[in-house]
Amino acid sequence: MDVSQLTPDEVVYWEWGFFKLNATIVFTWVVMGVMLMVAHLIARRLTASTDVPRGQNVLEVILEYMSDEIEEISGGDRPGRYLPFIGTIFLFIAVANLLTIVPGYVPPTASLSTTAALAGAAFLAVPAYAILRDGLRPYLRNYIEPTPIMLPFNLLADLSRTVALAVRLFGNAMSGAKIAAILIAVIPFLFPVLFKALGLLTGFVQAYIFAVLAMVYIASGMSVTEKPRGRARPHDRSERRID
Amino acid sequence: MIEAQTVVAIASVITAGLTTAIGCVGAAIGEARGLDRALASIAQQPDEAARLTRTAFVGLAFVESSGIYCFVIGLILIFANPFWNQLAGG
Repeated sequence: MDVSQLTPDEVVYWEWGFFKLNATIVFTWVVMGVMLMVAHLIARRLTASTDVPRGQNVLEVILEYMSDEIEEISGGDRPGRYLPFIGTIFLFIAVANLLTIVPGYVPPTASLSTTAALAGAAFLAVPAYAILRDGLRPYLRNYIEPTPIMLPFNLLADLSRTVALAVRLFGNAMSGAKIAAILIAVIPFLFPVLFKALGLLTGFVQAYIFAVLAMVYIASGMSVTEKPRGRARPHDRSERRID
Repeated sequence: MIEAQTVVAIASVITAGLTTAIGCVGAAIGEARGLDRALASIAQQPDEAARLTRTAFVGLAFVESSGIYCFVIGLILIFANPFWNQLAGG
């Protein structure tokens, strides 16, 4: 992939009629393969004893962190309902962005198709979670609160925030890849390395932002019809909240 | 005599550059002000750092949206200019 190609969509490896195998799909498969393999290698030796293997420890830390974050945003809701969706998004984007440290790899998030698909999933998840928990009527009433005048603005906000979600990730990942390519052409030593390091940081922050925003949108879809608190929580959580 | 297509090209490139420049300045100033306050708040109340950081990130992402719209306009002007295709096709 060179400087003139804007996204990995334009790098086509194989073509057969309507079907194109471009770099975006190939590198998405690479990311999926890496994640599946790591998860399989670690999950093969899961243990409940106190002598926890290193890999399991890492996964538990990540999972714990994501659950805590989701619980905070959703206002004490059980994180288990959202964890599969939010966690998948976060891990996929994080791995896809962090693998840019491998030479020759182009992050699939540098293609608008990937990020639009992820944002579309988040867009659909908002009504899905709200309707599953509260039912259709409370969710629809959300749109005409506090007055029906707000209806077009609420609809517009739903659309524009989805577009912003997709383009934010795309713009950051794409510009990171492009700046690295341009710098390699201009100053080919040491300087691109620094930008690559900065790209790793922004890539990870973007994964965090995407997941947190998706969770915030899901939570905001249900915030008006919040149920009373005080549901039974695991003991360790409530104890930690006191101190 | 400059052709119509050339005029469109010149206008598109200059506008794309201006859009990116002005849009970046606006978003950068806004985000910097937000970050400034967030850091001051974290310094005042380190206990609430997690909540403040998350709120700051979400807020920054919202502020960034305006800059992103400028970025999209710039991309459309350069890579998917509707007027350019109209002139080239006609």
